[in-house]
Order: sequence, then C-alpha cells, then structure tokens
Amino acid sequence: MAVFVLIVVLLALSVVGYYMGRSRSVAVVDGQPSRLHSLPSYHGLYVALWCGLPAFVIVVAWLIFEPVIAQSMLMNNLPPKAETMGDDQLSLLVTDIKNLAQGNIVSGEVDPALQAAADSYAGVRDIGRIAMIVVGLAIAILGLVFGRKLIHGDLRARNQVERVLNIVMIIASTIAILTTIGIVLSLLFEALRFFARVPLTEFLFGLEWSPQTALRAEQVGSTGAFGAIPLFAGTLLITVIAMAVAAPIGLFSAIYMSEYAGPKVRSFAKPMLEILAGVPTVVYGFFAALTVAPFFRNAGESIGLSVSSESALAAGAVMGIMIIPFVSSLSDDVMNAVPQTLRDGAYALGATKSETIKQVIFPAALPGIVGGLLLAISRAIGETMIVVMAAGLAANLTANPLQAVTTVTVQIVTLLVGDQEFDSAKTLAAFALGLVLFIVTLSLNVVALNVVRKYREKYD
Amino acid sequence: MAAVEQLQSDAARDTKVRSRDVNVYYGEIHALKHVDLDIYANEVTSLIGPSGCGKSTYLRCLNRMNDVIDGCRVTGEIALDGDDIYDKSLDVVQLRARVGMVFQKPNPFPKSLFDNIAYGPRIHGLGTHKDELDEIVQSSLERAGLWNEVKDRLDKPGTGLSGGQQQRLCIARAIAVNPEVILMDEPCSALDPIATAKIEELIDELRTNFTIVIVTHSMQQAARVSQRTAFFHLGILVEVNETEQIFTNPSDERTQGYITGRFG
Ligand SMILES: Nc1ncnc2c1ncn2[C@@H]1O[C@H](COP(=O)(O)OP(=O)(O)OP(=O)(O)O)[C@@H](O)[C@H]1O
Ligand SMILES: [Mg+2]
Repeated sequence: MAVFVLIVVLLALSVVGYYMGRSRSVAVVDGQPSRLHSLPSYHGLYVALWCGLPAFVIVVAWLIFEPVIAQSMLMNNLPPKAETMGDDQLSLLVTDIKNLAQGNIVSGEVDPALQAAADSYAGVRDIGRIAMIVVGLAIAILGLVFGRKLIHGDLRARNQVERVLNIVMIIASTIAILTTIGIVLSLLFEALRFFARVPLTEFLFGLEWSPQTALRAEQVGSTGAFGAIPLFAGTLLITVIAMAVAAPIGLFSAIYMSEYAGPKVRSFAKPMLEILAGVPTVVYGFFAALTVAPFFRNAGESIGLSVSSESALAAGAVMGIMIIPFVSSLSDDVMNAVPQTLRDGAYALGATKSETIKQVIFPAALPGIVGGLLLAISRAIGETMIVVMAAGLAANLTANPLQAVTTVTVQIVTLLVGDQEFDSAKTLAAFALGLVLFIVTLSLNVVALNVVRKYREKYD
Repeated sequence: MAAVEQLQSDAARDTKVRSRDVNVYYGEIHALKHVDLDIYANEVTSLIGPSGCGKSTYLRCLNRMNDVIDGCRVTGEIALDGDDIYDKSLDVVQLRARVGMVFQKPNPFPKSLFDNIAYGPRIHGLGTHKDELDEIVQSSLERAGLWNEVKDRLDKPGTGLSGGQQQRLCIARAIAVNPEVILMDEPCSALDPIATAKIEELIDELRTNFTIVIVTHSMQQAARVSQRTAFFHLGILVEVNETEQIFTNPSDERTQGYITGRFG
C-alpha cells in the first residue's frame, strides 16, 4: 500500500517536473521558444525523467534487496534453539516468524523467543519501508531541482529524451527475451533431471504411459512407466482430426472471402470468422465435452458403432473449429496479396474464375497457405483445454478416433494438478513433456514463418 | 484528294472490330463517351492520348475485361467480325480466346516457362497431347522471338526472366491460344529501349497474322509500329486516321496540341 502511494506521488512529482521544466525553458530564453534547441515540451520531459527515473530505479532496487537484507538480519537473530535445527525445520521456523510479524495466525503456541524475533523482524521491515519512502522522495526532489538547473537554451533535451527512451525500450525487450530464455533453461534443466531417472530412449520410444508412482514401495506399479509414445500418438491423432476439419473449411472460406465475396459480405463475414478465434478455449472445451461428444456417441450407437463418451473425434473436431480462423485468415491474406495483374492475365487468356483460382491464385499463394497450416498445426498441438475436457485421460495407444486418447498437454496438466512432490519422476516428467512440446511447436513455427516470409518477399 | 485515297483504301480493308456509340461508366464516372471506331484486320492501330482519357478503358471493352471491374457498365455496340460481343448468348471465355491481351506490367504466372505458355492452350483444350503442346510452346516462343534465349530452361519459373523477356513471354502466352486480335496496354512502358525495340519489331511481324491494338504514351512508338492512330481526349475519340496523317497533318487542333507536346 505504502509502495503504491509512493509510486503515485513519484508520478505526480514527475508531472510537476514536466510543467516546471517547460516553463523554465521558456523563461531562460526570455519567452522566445524559437531560440531553444528543443521544443519546451522536451525540456519538460527532460526534467520529468530526471525526477522520476532515478527515484523509480531506487525504489525497485529497494523492493528487491530490502527483504533479503531483513532476512539475513533475522537469521543472525534467531532464537538459540534454532542452532540445532535442520534446514527444513529452520525454513519452517523462519516462515513462522514472518507470519507472526505480519500478524497472521500461526499454528501452535507462540514461544516468547519466537515472538521477540518476529517483533524485531517487523521493526526492521518497518524501518526499511520508511527509509525507502524517504530516500525515494528525496531523490525525486533532488532530481527535479537538478534537472531544472540543467536547463538552458542550447540544451539538447530532445536528443537526450530520445536516448533515454531508447534505453527504456531496450531494457523492456531484454526483459522479454531473458524471460523466454529463463523459461527454456528451467524447462531444460528439469527435463535433464527427469532423464537422469528415466532414460531418454525409454521416454521417447516406450509404449506404456502410467506415471502413477505409488506412495509406498510395496504397492503394485510402484515404479511407473514413462513411455510417451501413446501421448505422441494421441496428440498426432487429435491434430490430424483437427486439421481434417480446419484445413478444408478454412481454405474454402478463405477462397470465398478473397475471391467471391463482395465487399459487403466480406466486411461482415470476416470479423464473424475471427470471433471464433476469440472464444475462450474453455468454452470450446465444455462445448466439446457436453454437446459434441454425446452427439457423436449417440450417432455412433445408432449405426452400431461403439464410441466412448470421451473420444478423440469429439476433441479433434471441436479443436478443428477453433483453429478455422487461423487457417482462413492467413490464407485469405496471402490470396489477397496475389497481384491483381496475375488474375487479369488468367482472365485475359479466357480462364474462368474457378480455373483462375485453382491454377493461378492458389499455386501462387500456396507457400503462404502452407505457412498458415503449419501455424494452425502448432496451435493444435499446444492446445490444452479442449482435450483435457473432451479427449479423456486414458493413455491408449490407438489409431481409432472413436476411443479416448490423451495428449501431451493433457498429461502435463494431470501430472501437475493437485499436491505434488517437486522432485518425483512423475512431476519431472511434465517438464520433459513440456520440452518436447516446446521443441516441436518451435520448429513448426520457425518453418512456417520462414515459408511465409519467403513468400512475402516474392511479391513485395 | 487525300480524302478520296482514304476512302479507297478503307474500302479495301476488312473491319475486324467495329464499335458504335460505346459508353463506359465506372459507377457515376462517365469514362468513355460515344466512341465510334473501326479497327482493321492485320493492321496495328495505336491509341494515344493524355493520361486518364480512357485508352485502357476502351481496350478493355474489346475483350470484356471491364466485366471483372465492380461497378463498370458498358453500353453501345462492339462487333467482332460482325458479331456483337456484348450479346447475352456470347461466351466471354471464348471471346477472350479470340481477343488476347498483353498488359503494361509483365505478369507471368509463378509457374515454369512451359506452363506459362501452355496455360491458355490447356484450358481451351488445344493440344491434348504432350507433343502437340511442345509444338505450340515452341512456335509461340519462336514467334515472340524468345525461343533461342529460353529453350534450355523451359522448366524454370517465368518470374525469373528479365523484364523484357517476361513481356515477350506474356506476348508468347497470348499468341499461344491463337487469337485473332491482340490488345496491348502500354506493353513497353516498363522496358528499356533495347527491349522496347525488340517488342516493336515483334509487333510488326505479328501484324501479318493478327490484328493488333496498342495503347502507347510514346508518339514515336505509335509512329513506328502503327498504321492507324486514334487520339482520345477526356473520354472522347477526337480523331482517328492513318498514322502518317495524324502525325503530319492532324485535322483537330487538340490532336495537334497533343502531338506537338503542348498539353497531355
Ligand atoms: N476501375 C476503375 N474504377 C473507377 N474509375 C476508373 C477505373 N479505371 C479507370 N477509371 C477512370 O476512367 C478514366 C479513364 O481511365 P483509363 O484507365 O482508361 O485511362 P488511360 O487513358 O488508360 O490512362 P493512362 O494513360 O494513365 O493509363 C479515368 O478518369 C479513370 O479515373
Ligand atoms: Mg491506361
């Protein structure tokens, strides 16, 4: 709360700085802004940045480091009995103290030594917080005064502001990139820990998947089986079904949109199609589980087929509908990008509209369309919610779309739902699966984007 | 005296395309107004005039490419060999096989050279056998003066040729369906002088077998390649006559002004 107020105050100070800088810059040139190197508003921004930025950086650094320091002070100040404790108990104790300090209820009787430690910890945190506010405000005001002093007619405020903004943007993109790298690395390391327990070959080529390791060693199936082939097969089956739905419908609707539909229909139908992409996947999920799956089962029964109530077909079909807009919107774009002169060329040779589409436009747009299909496939492989709800959990190795199958994403979810130990093979298996998923979708995306880009180069 | 000669030579000529009172509207815009123009067989007719005067519009009337444009309406009468091409019973696809077109910007299909040329014959069912198609492709390329340059790479994409070669490829593609009339809309505007000279030469040769209508912004080109010249201005056909006559002794002062560069 205090931090929030502080940030608001800093922002307000920056705004004040902006106006002060602006009026100051006009004042230093005796009210003739044309003598300034930069426009007054840049001088304003310059002062605002001097005021807000250093203070903000300090506050952020404080927020990161202050708890660490407080913690180490706490560790030096623990009740005597802590010296004999193991690591686990120690961290429990520290958590208890912190809870106490925040006034939360802790289990059991409160030991006076514990209470004392908690009080001193709370004191340290309070002092830290007040110090942060004081320092933050002081730096902001100093920056304000200093920045305002720096203003003179030849100040290149515009260039300086530009530089600062440049750096801010670089930092922002670095954060994004570092986060990605961090995620990939953690995925990789956890997966390596998994492969230390389960050999890579068994994981990649094993035919049986039952990750339930038993709690007690003597229970049956205590070791679990981590052959991921059934998951890969299930994922493949569902993806194939989804593409069998999405590819033709998406392509035909794209052709209709780009070649046949008049501007009126287009302006109405295209957004409608794109709404499909905006429906939350969980909605598709219960649509699949509650409407489509029972429909398939009843339909199957009426012609004498046994369809399980959770089937690859239902999940795949609904997923196909979900990815129609991916296929259609991208294909539509690339077909529109085929130059009108090519169409004219074909018409002028006496080709009919459908001949022109089939033989000229479609082949010309094909690389882009393939790129769109690949992106759709990678979307289908990574999709989770629909399959969780509609495809089932049974790791059947089957090519029969009427049976329940499971996919990589579904298994990741089930492995991690509920209480887990963080270093059992079962939990780590999720990271291995995640890694496989990541590699597959990444390569699909790279290939797809390359294909699309190549194609773009050709006509631009 | 000149007029008498004119009449006599007119009588000896076949009218290939006859236009009477042709009007074209793009929505509300009246782009072409009451055009009466005869195009004679086995001659090159050039259409000249300032930008936006309706040359391309008139050209597109002759193979009904205006049908493709939304909101475009054509009235009046245009007859090819005496048959109204805007007649309801007429098949546009067949008309376009008889009246080919070459565009301002070369537009080869992103297919092999061979398939580019074979495209028209295939859709019209000429040359069902491979060797018949080979024959058509070779002769079209030869007539377009491109055969020697590309005969070793017929399987390479047509988009990989130079601009001038691409334009000759497009001409070869147009003549592969063996049309009677070839329409060319500024076919040399994207080409250098050497490629232009080649195409002009080609046009002169093609005249023996085809009737050619060419839109051009170059007076010299019109003078070099065409026998007759039509001058358009603001959607009106101002004057049409023997090319020589137009360039030496135009009867309308707007024509005079345009060819001497006073406006346009
Ligand atoms: N598709 C179209 N939609 C609306 N108006 C058009 C269209 N095409 C041409 N016009 C209009 O019709 C008139 C004649 O155009 P046209 O293209 O026939 O001129 P042009 O003589 O070929 O000109 P240029 O020498 O620049 O090619 C112009 O006023 C143009 O703005
Ligand atoms: Mg034109």
